[in-house]
Amino acid sequence: MSGTNFPAAARDRRLPNLFDLIAIVALFGLFAAFGGAARNTIAPLAALETSTIHLDPSYLPYYALRTTLRMFAALLVSLLFTFTYAPFAAKSRRAGLVMIPALDILQSVPILGFLSFTVTFFMGLFPGNVIGAELASIFVIFTSQAWNMAFSFHQSLTTVPRDLDEAATSFRLSAWQRFWRLEVPFAMPGLVWNTMMSMSGGWFFVTASEAVSVGNTTWKLPGIGSYVAVALARRDLLAVIYAILAMLVVILAYDQLLFRPLVAWSAKFRFETTARVEEDDPWMLALLRRTTFLAWAIDYVGSLFQWLSGRRMAIKIQTPRFALPERVADIIFAGILAAGVSWAIYRIFTFVSISLTWHDLVISLGLGAITLLRVIVLIALASALWVPVGVWLGLRPKWAKRVQPVVQFLAAFPANLFFPVFVVVIVRFHLIPDIWLTPLMILGTQWYILFNVIAGASAFPGDLLEVSQNFRVKGWLWWRRVILPGIFPYFITGALTASGGAWNAAIVAEVAQWGDTTLTAHGLGAYIAQATVAGDTARIVLGVAVMSLYVVVINRLLWRRLAAYASRRLVM
Amino acid sequence: MPDNIPSPQVASHGVLLEVKKARQAWRMDSGTDLVVLDDVDITLHEGEIVGLLGRSGSGKSTLLRIVCGLLHPTSGDVIWRDKKLAGPADGIAMVFQSFALFPWLTVQENVELGLEALLVPKEERTERAEAAIALIGLGGYESAYPKELSGGMRQRVGLARALVVHPDLLLMDEPFSALDVLTAETLRTDLIDLWVERKLPIKSVLMVTHNIEEAVLMCDRILVFASNPGRVASELRVPFAHPRNRLDPAFRQMVDDIYAVMTRRTPVHRPATGAALGTPLHPVSTNILSGLLETLAGPPYDGRADLPPLAASLQLELDDLFPISEALQLLRFAEVEEGDIRLTQAGRDYVLADMDSRKSQFADALKVNVPLIAAIRQVLDERWNHRASAVRFLDELEDHMSPIYADNTLKTAISWGRFAELYSYDDEADQFFLDEEESDEDAAE
Repeated sequence: MSGTNFPAAARDRRLPNLFDLIAIVALFGLFAAFGGAARNTIAPLAALETSTIHLDPSYLPYYALRTTLRMFAALLVSLLFTFTYAPFAAKSRRAGLVMIPALDILQSVPILGFLSFTVTFFMGLFPGNVIGAELASIFVIFTSQAWNMAFSFHQSLTTVPRDLDEAATSFRLSAWQRFWRLEVPFAMPGLVWNTMMSMSGGWFFVTASEAVSVGNTTWKLPGIGSYVAVALARRDLLAVIYAILAMLVVILAYDQLLFRPLVAWSAKFRFETTARVEEDDPWMLALLRRTTFLAWAIDYVGSLFQWLSGRRMAIKIQTPRFALPERVADIIFAGILAAGVSWAIYRIFTFVSISLTWHDLVISLGLGAITLLRVIVLIALASALWVPVGVWLGLRPKWAKRVQPVVQFLAAFPANLFFPVFVVVIVRFHLIPDIWLTPLMILGTQWYILFNVIAGASAFPGDLLEVSQNFRVKGWLWWRRVILPGIFPYFITGALTASGGAWNAAIVAEVAQWGDTTLTAHGLGAYIAQATVAGDTARIVLGVAVMSLYVVVINRLLWRRLAAYASRRLVM
Repeated sequence: MPDNIPSPQVASHGVLLEVKKARQAWRMDSGTDLVVLDDVDITLHEGEIVGLLGRSGSGKSTLLRIVCGLLHPTSGDVIWRDKKLAGPADGIAMVFQSFALFPWLTVQENVELGLEALLVPKEERTERAEAAIALIGLGGYESAYPKELSGGMRQRVGLARALVVHPDLLLMDEPFSALDVLTAETLRTDLIDLWVERKLPIKSVLMVTHNIEEAVLMCDRILVFASNPGRVASELRVPFAHPRNRLDPAFRQMVDDIYAVMTRRTPVHRPATGAALGTPLHPVSTNILSGLLETLAGPPYDGRADLPPLAASLQLELDDLFPISEALQLLRFAEVEEGDIRLTQAGRDYVLADMDSRKSQFADALKVNVPLIAAIRQVLDERWNHRASAVRFLDELEDHMSPIYADNTLKTAISWGRFAELYSYDDEADQFFLDEEESDEDAAE
């Protein structure tokens, strides 16, 4: 491709293309098939022993441990997925054509909506065994973590600097050696960062996936999420607060013990040719480097890895003498795709025609519009609040440095643990749920806006600030001409993440419970939540599909364009 | 040339590598082939340093990549050790322009990389890497990461990494062009010293450069490349013994001669409109064009200059100077011949004019001499809203040239047309348009 990006838009003629469509249809065909299977498994599982959750705070450390283990199990699965899916999509042109749009759609699907089938599906695999529920929970967390990690890895794999790639080829590294010596190290900083983001996002889902009711069946896995669910049912506000405290401790611990050291370590793989100011090692990394035994153990593992990644592992693939001509292979590939898509359309059609009418579609689209309105209003309000705050903080490096980790922490905190507190207030003061449940949607994700705006304002060039002082540019003019364009690209990143999160949160936020009181707001989230409680799989699929449609369309029509505009015009 | 060239390795003249009828072409969207390299025959002998000299886009780097096995030629063969080359081979190692060091590996690990790929045992690897690092003058830096090193030291690592595999043939792709003048010179002399003292574990060197002096300073044989399509235009033997003296009159004469070869009959395509849209334009700023015209008009040149000293006094490399002189030639502000550049009457008039008349003279020169710009203006005049999408011109350009060239050509047309106030450009909409003044002027005509 062109090395310059000058007539940027002249090259950028990418609209949603055929492969996006193929990916959408194929995925929903799969969901429909999945839903159909789940429907069949729902009935026989009606009565399952649920382990009792104790509200005594002394049980909390154990519950916290269980929740954390689930998180790490899912993280491991996500890593496995990342290390297989992304290289395959990157190395095979044809596979990449479908796999990458599929990833993009999966990223936009509100996975909480599928909670019920994943649970029933996995329970079906292990009838009467708690392992099914565990796996379901892990799967849900996995689906919240894997996509952006795979995206980041794929992105890195396809942007390996050409000269390094040529050097690796000219020194005849085998594919295995190249993967571990060039591709993985190059991808490392992005991958670590995305893993951390995924981990943060995962807490929301782990707590939501531990206690699930589908139809008459309720599953409760020992964990903080179930603890809160039980506390809610018993109207025990104190227990909710205990849970919040336990969560705080857990997040603080993994952040300090695992991710700070990892991020600092991965800086060594950053692809830059100039030395920059080294930040101090986080205390944990410094400690690891100072201890003798641990350092030795890490060294040992390192050299083992060195040895393993140094093997050629070259499998002699005898290239067939009569290789198919490119064109024939393309035609075969297109044929397979067409067959897959027809199957998917057939599945969707049979699935939907059983219990849904056009009226259902109209209703769900209408409810989607209400939720969309909520998301727009919330993003606008959160921006109006956090942009000025973020700019103020970002322009004061001392403050920014202090606040940044706190905000990152807040973004990781599962906001659903706070919901009960809000619900108590709404119930007590007889507030209208349609309006007052709304803020819950953005409780957890608003921090992304603040976080990114702070980053943008701290990166704003000092000379431009001096120029504006010099010409006495102040007030609204300063905002309009100087700082807002400067932070815009960062703001877009934050707002995009926040709006995606808000859609997902709608499923838990539009319906809230406090003891026997149930508050419901009108919206697509509530529609999905209610369908889940009723065990109505057809409506769940419909609701989730409509929500995905909204998210994808808004991403493509609004956020992508704004991001493209920002990177064309406003990136310095 | 006779065989009595006083080169140190004259003794052995066995053939090391042969390139036969190599051709490299890329299929364009329009279905035509863009030929990057056409019908190239090269024979490399043992004991010589051969330079591939040419401007960017003349296919010399492509040829180097073919010899390295990184690229399979569309047709033709590379014969290495009596076999056709199919991919990177034993005994050929490459030094990269951008160094291509792995930032996450230390100097030692970077140098060991090629040995590791060959599964050389650990002890031998360490030993050989240390020897190569010491040879190239980097002893003591084994545990440093590339980002801690200066550019010159990084390229030394690149050299050590190539030498450690004991290649018979060392390939170098503009190895000194990313370095500052002093560092590059030190590295060149160090390398030549090691070569002359036969301390390098190699038999032959093939290097790409666009620096004429560098080629004359280092090489025993120079292949001058011409562009469109890339091919060997001429072959020169450098008859000087090492160490060579840049100030030696014979040395200067050779540099001069090569300039003459490279500027000889650079044909400026000027076919009828239509097909002529396909002439690539190089993005040269109008400020630089004016600057060079003014320099040429003033003392000591008085309208005529020898290119080598001009390049030296302006500190311009070949790749910087030639696009400027060619642009001036295209606009008929100057003529280039046999290594000389001479102002035309139009060029002299331009220098004497004030800003407004410069713009109108520039506009006239563009309309007459650059079909693409004339065509853009014509389309804009014909449209009722005086707007035209840039994409259509880009598509048309891409039928005739690579996307990078098409981009550059469009970019140049935008910038020159803006300066001449022939049209404006809306970057957001990717459209050319006429603003009020431009269309008024049109109505007045």
